[in-house]
Amino acid sequence: MTDERKIRVLVAKPGLDGHDRGAKVIASSFRDAGFEVIYTGLHQTPEMIVNAAIQEDVDVVAMSILSGAHMTLFPRVKDLLREAGADHILLTGGGIIPEDDAKALEEQGIGKLFGPGTPTSAAVAYIKEWFETQGERV
Amino acid sequence: MSTIEHDVLGAEELARSIREKEKELARLRARLEEWEDAYQGTARREGLFTSVSGREVKPLYTPLDSEGSYTERIGVPGAYPFTRGPYGTMYRTRLWTMRQFAGFATAEETNARYHYLLNHGQTGLSVAFDFPTLMGYDGDHPRSLGEVGVCGVAISSLADMETLFRGIPLDQVSVSMTINGPAIILFCFYVAAAERQGVSPEQLRGTVQNDILKEYQAQHAWVYPPEPALRLIVDMFEWCSEHAPKYNPISISGYHIREAGATAGEELAFTLRNGFEYVERGIARGLDVDSFAPRLSFFFDIHNDFFEEIAKLRAARRIWARHLREKYGATSPESWRLRTHCQTAGVTLTAQQPETNIVRVAYQAMAAALGGTQSLHTNSMDETLALPTEKAVRIALRTQQVLAHETGVPNTIDPLAGSYYVENLTDELESEAEAIFAEIEDQGGVVPGIENGWFQRRIAQSAMRQQEEIESGRRVIVGVNEFTEGSGDIEIDTLKIDPSVEERQRERMAALRAERDDVRVTEALEALRRAAEDGRNVVPFILECARAYCTLYEIREAMEKVFGAYKEPVFF
Repeated sequence: MTDERKIRVLVAKPGLDGHDRGAKVIASSFRDAGFEVIYTGLHQTPEMIVNAAIQEDVDVVAMSILSGAHMTLFPRVKDLLREAGADHILLTGGGIIPEDDAKALEEQGIGKLFGPGTPTSAAVAYIKEWFETQGERV
Repeated sequence: MSTIEHDVLGAEELARSIREKEKELARLRARLEEWEDAYQGTARREGLFTSVSGREVKPLYTPLDSEGSYTERIGVPGAYPFTRGPYGTMYRTRLWTMRQFAGFATAEETNARYHYLLNHGQTGLSVAFDFPTLMGYDGDHPRSLGEVGVCGVAISSLADMETLFRGIPLDQVSVSMTINGPAIILFCFYVAAAERQGVSPEQLRGTVQNDILKEYQAQHAWVYPPEPALRLIVDMFEWCSEHAPKYNPISISGYHIREAGATAGEELAFTLRNGFEYVERGIARGLDVDSFAPRLSFFFDIHNDFFEEIAKLRAARRIWARHLREKYGATSPESWRLRTHCQTAGVTLTAQQPETNIVRVAYQAMAAALGGTQSLHTNSMDETLALPTEKAVRIALRTQQVLAHETGVPNTIDPLAGSYYVENLTDELESEAEAIFAEIEDQGGVVPGIENGWFQRRIAQSAMRQQEEIESGRRVIVGVNEFTEGSGDIEIDTLKIDPSVEERQRERMAALRAERDDVRVTEALEALRRAAEDGRNVVPFILECARAYCTLYEIREAMEKVFGAYKEPVFF
């Protein structure tokens, strides 16, 4: 059965922002939920993130951005994933992202983005659901 | 009356007084027992009776919880052990400085915001830099893409610093700068900008954060590895004690440690232990502790738990005074005196029902004043969504003004002293901090504890515990996990940063690079590199680079050739 396989998630911190409380909390929660989790560490460029995603053969890239640079960094990572032929990877994330921006990014093919105060269980449920529907499609 | 008779009479009076005290104590114990029985037999509401930091809190405190010598533990304000406040007259002489942290876009826009704040009665300035500046990158560096002027102001050279303070007399306004990895460079830009105004370093009042240890532990805006980074900090101590005696060359910060997830006790202990590390490094350089310790300043977070935060500030002053006097042999009371800035806890703000944040901030601000802070930043209600709007900042500033002028809180010094609960909490936090100091020693000290990830793991574990408390619903956060009616729609205006900022900063940089004297730039950078290599104090060399309009990244790079760059140990 396809869903026997563990979901592999890359938790990434792009840009120069060092606020990693959220990234570490979400990485621990994903691990507790049974995902295989790789955490990039800080100060990653979009190129570094996409390389890691491909090398680690992940299903999901979850980026944490609190720096306000989300309108630059999410599309950039999405483009690089496309260029690398890895568009099947779900790009999602969270941080200080105003609703209007989140909507605009979703329209560009980026997954759901979670704001402050979201329970970690909501992100876990979203990824599980995505993975299951993905499995049906494959 | 002979001396002997007097003594005999004295002894009888003493015995009577001891008997009275014992009787009183017995009565107290009996009353307490009755009360305890009644308490145990009464239903209690559902709720979490631990502090935000997980501390068990009793329902009642009595004189039995606050024992020991009054003069040794509490004393009077402005005197050892400083529990009641760093200054003898506190807010009777001067209110705390109302200092709102601000910066966005280019130096031009931020300069306008500073004029706005000063016109509204703010009494000091505090610079927020953007992420590229915090990491030592210029606005036109490829790594800065998307982040220029977004979370703070972009300052890439002396030219930007001059614009930032245009029309603001630096001999009159004290300025705090939140920068760490490249702090020494931004400090030199500041000194050179003051020079251009005709203001000498001796006249400068203000602070640069310059606390690299907490960067490795919590906030993560570093440049160089710990050893050379600590050397640069001691260079600053040395230079400032000689040339800028009214300037604080460091603000030893618990704020970011707490925001990253630490408990109140961890914040207190890590911060003070970092402070001791800087003291030890200064002494190891051969500096007289009393020549630099008086200019060490602090910065604490003020979180939701009202009494715990007040007790934390009181405990911090007492621990610092004790260690400086007893352990480090400081003889000047100025060295024992812990002075602190405080900021309300950003992490407590909610995106849901953001107006409620005004109330949270007001309580936290009151705790800071009752704890005896020297300056205060109150967060704006919209800061979980974006940088604050002018209106949100004005409300945050007004919150401090109401506290200062309407509530009566500043009229009496340390008014909660003698509260059985607050004194007990102060004692408890002190013992907790001492126990954590011992754990840090078990790691081999601060730098080994950073390199092996002990601090980072401990902070992450505390963050996880708090997250679980909130997600399970045990810890109520209004508007987030209870009272959520109306939490869905966020109806406030937020500040938008004009996307042309990055382009404009690139243009400014291009103009600067075209106009400056390239020979002078190259020579200044090479002289700096040599000074770094030879172990000389680099401040005068960076100042010369600043005057030559070398950019932030060029100066960073010149020293990086000698020092290398920091590599983070990654784990979660």
